[in-house]
Amino acid sequence: MEWLDYPTLRLIWWLLIGVLLIGFAVMDGFDLGVAGLLPFVARTDAERRVVINSIGPTWDGNQVWFILGGGAVFAAFPLLYAAAFSGFYLAMFLLLVTFIIRPVGFEFRSKIANPRWRSTWDILLCGGGLIAALVFGVAVGNLFVGVPFYFDPDLRFFYTGHFWQLFTPFTLLCGLTSVAMLLMHGASFLGLKTEGDIARRAATIQRSTALITAVLFLTCAMWAGYGMEGYHITAGADPAAGSNPLAKTVAMVPDGWAAAWGRFPFTWLATALVVGGAITTALLAGRRYTGTAFVSSGLTVAGIIINAGSTLFPFFMPSSSHPSMSLTLWDASSSATTLLIMLGAVVVFMPLIVVYTAWVYRVMRGTLSTDTIARKPKSFY
Amino acid sequence: MELDPVLLSRIQFGMTAMYHFLFVPLTIGLAVLLAMMESVYVMTGRTIWRDMTQFWGKLFGINFAMGVATGITMEFQFGTNWAYYSHYVGDIFGVPLAIEGLMAFFLESTFVGLFFFGWERLSKLQHLLVTWLVAIGSNLSALWILIANGWMQNPVGAAFNIDTMRMEVTDMGAVIMNPVAQAKFVHTVAAGYVVGAVFVLAISSFYLLKNRHTDMARRSFAIASSFGLASALSVVVLGDESGYVATEHQKMKIAAIEAMWDTEPAPASFTVIGIPDQANQATHYAVHVPWALGLITTRSFDQTLPGIKELVNLAELRITNGINAYRALQVLRTNKSNAEARAEFSRHEADLGYALLLKRHDVDPLKATTRDIRMAAEGTVPPVALLFWAFRIMVALGFFFILLFTAAFLLSASQRFEQYRWFLYVAVAALPLPWLAAELGWVVAEVGRQPWVIEGVLPTQIAASALDGGTVLFSLLGFVIFYSVLAIVDVWLMTRYVRMGPDEALGKSTPAKNA
Ligand code: HDD
Ligand code: HEM
Ligand code: HEM
Repeated sequence: MEWLDYPTLRLIWWLLIGVLLIGFAVMDGFDLGVAGLLPFVARTDAERRVVINSIGPTWDGNQVWFILGGGAVFAAFPLLYAAAFSGFYLAMFLLLVTFIIRPVGFEFRSKIANPRWRSTWDILLCGGGLIAALVFGVAVGNLFVGVPFYFDPDLRFFYTGHFWQLFTPFTLLCGLTSVAMLLMHGASFLGLKTEGDIARRAATIQRSTALITAVLFLTCAMWAGYGMEGYHITAGADPAAGSNPLAKTVAMVPDGWAAAWGRFPFTWLATALVVGGAITTALLAGRRYTGTAFVSSGLTVAGIIINAGSTLFPFFMPSSSHPSMSLTLWDASSSATTLLIMLGAVVVFMPLIVVYTAWVYRVMRGTLSTDTIARKPKSFY
Repeated sequence: MELDPVLLSRIQFGMTAMYHFLFVPLTIGLAVLLAMMESVYVMTGRTIWRDMTQFWGKLFGINFAMGVATGITMEFQFGTNWAYYSHYVGDIFGVPLAIEGLMAFFLESTFVGLFFFGWERLSKLQHLLVTWLVAIGSNLSALWILIANGWMQNPVGAAFNIDTMRMEVTDMGAVIMNPVAQAKFVHTVAAGYVVGAVFVLAISSFYLLKNRHTDMARRSFAIASSFGLASALSVVVLGDESGYVATEHQKMKIAAIEAMWDTEPAPASFTVIGIPDQANQATHYAVHVPWALGLITTRSFDQTLPGIKELVNLAELRITNGINAYRALQVLRTNKSNAEARAEFSRHEADLGYALLLKRHDVDPLKATTRDIRMAAEGTVPPVALLFWAFRIMVALGFFFILLFTAAFLLSASQRFEQYRWFLYVAVAALPLPWLAAELGWVVAEVGRQPWVIEGVLPTQIAASALDGGTVLFSLLGFVIFYSVLAIVDVWLMTRYVRMGPDEALGKSTPAKNA
């Protein structure tokens, strides 16, 4: 396979990480959104059980997108795995806590009838969903600003910032975009799976969060494109060389990220997808076309990720203190052998996963109501 | 006070891993038991077996949620706390971890939802298939994570790359077919089956003692005792296999487990019991069985087993060699085409990791004195007394489980539960023991590998992230508090559901109270 050379493999894995991220944001994203909406769309305990059980059978499988995302970055871009997770240590800790709360929250909440017990879990689930969404957005925002880090000659990674530095007006705005986006997506899912009061409340939220998502996203994009410095490789970074982030030079450039848009026409397409998807989602909210609304909300989410990824390309994580040591897809990847083996594994298993996941959704299709749960309370969360 | 981030990271990793492994073996064992119960239901059509599947399934669900919640922490901790490790071996180690996600986690987590919610939407056979897929998924996840862990014990199929300053894959087949990983997989999975079987046995015995749900309890008791007996026998046989492969690849671990300070003429004797004294390199009050160790570990009469003192001398030699590789590497870093340095490096490459041991003692390998080298070599001895005792308790429990399940099997065949109530008390009291054995097994495997995180390749001390101690202490305390609260809630819920019993837990009676 001549054409499958090292640069091509790296590029394929850059795309695959993007696909996994989109998979995560689209599939687990609505779970996070639904959790974040829990106390707002559902007032009574019976309603809350409907909301939780709307994702009950599938949230666990969806969450594996997150786990696989971690595993795939580890295997394909080990240096990025090391740098991002140890650099964002406390943010990661916060994220882990929210992801620990979810499984136990879903499983434990309805096992005990005590209202205090249940409302405590409701708050934890809702807070967990919102915080996770915020942290993801803030983390992505920090990639545009750059992260203060360097490597020593042994390639040991040193982060020189601190936790609170992660939160700047720009990164917080990115965080809010992420929250709005996932709430929109969660509300779109509830439109599909619930009826009556819950669906009505969800539609109202869906409409407003879709528009807010589009506005916040455009603000962030303009800010990143024109309001801050970007990064640009000036020498080195040979796509075929062994992975070593010390072998290139990078310069900071004014209006840098906007310059990236010119390179790829599909960055514009992604932007159009976001705006079009969000408007469609808002227009369809509360109408009969709940499936279409959910798809367009998913496309909005995908568009935002494609836009962010292709704007950053070829960077993963620029270094604000030592720009030349920034991590790019050309110098943070695994060896060609590993990338090839992993590609084989993905080609075999990913279609299978899609097929059986689709089957599970088909089996569990249809809406859920308070009556269904009242009839067999012990068969549900 | 100076907080050591590496020590704190080790405590955090060890604690969270031990905690994860409280839930893992029960998931592995119960999943298979559930699939077997449901198979009986589908084959005989008797609904009691369906109710059994659903009732034990409730307990399974509570445990599964904890397994998932604590596994997520594990997946990301390599990056957060072991960043240099992730860079240094991610090219190899990341692969099984990612494949575990693709092949196993998706399978078990997607179908576990259908297991709980699909009873009325699937045909009998479809649901049975789903249950088996959950069981297969959890066993596959054990396979891949143990391939990853087996590689840390016996790093095959990889070589150092000068350009990228890390280990890279040379032979993925060897990583997957690693004999250590295979031995670990069968032993660990069988241990999980024992945990599941003791769990069902103990709770069924509790119902039999109370004279509640006896129909279900008797059947559960029967299936647990036969499955448990087979599993307990496998654990012991396969544990012996683990010892055998460790002898081949981790001689220091075996020597430490046996507190064998001096090399004995073959076949070596087995120390049944004694008090290892690390400071004086001696074992007091030792009771020996002649020949036994040599036979068990080498399966031969004439192969000698090296003792700790000999292995330390060997380590000293390898450190000296490793320094040559390290020195050549420094030259190559500035001038890749230096042929002399390249030749020197490839001559001593296998010992590069040993030079890194000096860094553990804050010694620059280029400036090491003979005394430094001696000190680093002596540091390759893991804590002997801990391994010695942990291993012996695990093995003793292994034989105890064989007795327990044999007795249970006979009792269940004769159905004379009334006459042997004392045995039911023993079975209830045995509940925590398989967890103890499994945790001690991990102590043997992981502490026995110290001071290496990758045997012979990377010392634990330098594998950690460059974090400050306060940050790690914060996350460690966070995990301790958070996990303790969860443990209390988990045990409380489990106990509550066990006390409720199947009728109430499945909503067949008094549904109003706990809706
Ligand atoms: C021998 C078995 C075994 C061992 C040694 C480990 N695990 Fe585990 N893990 C499982 C067996 C398992 C399981 C049986 O598959 C679990 C337990 C309960 C469950 O839900 O799946 C699981 C869950 C689980 C999950 C959640 C998966 C999901 O959502 O389905 C993750 C991310 C990990 N584990 C990761 C790890 C890592 C990174 C480990 C090493 C440090 C580790 N596990 C050790
Ligand atoms: C779930 C079962 C496991 C348990 C109970 C367990 C237990 C432990 C313990 C007690 C330590 C601390 C040893 C010490 O510092 O003296 C440790 C360390 C470690 N283990 Fe495990 N382990 C388990 C599984 C694994 C697996 C499957 C892997 C890899 C795939 C792994 C990788 C490590 C690493 C990277 C360290 C950190 C370095 C160290 O302190 O040794 N462990 N583990
Ligand atoms: C006669 C009985 C047994 C023998 C000879 C035995 C032997 C061993 C050995 C030699 C190891 C270390 C392997 C290594 O360092 O890589 C080990 C690890 C382990 N043991 Fe046992 N064992 C026995 C019984 C048990 C029982 C009863 C359980 C639990 C129910 C158990 C659970 C484990 C676990 C979880 C590990 C860590 C994983 C691994 O390294 O395979 N063992 N055992």
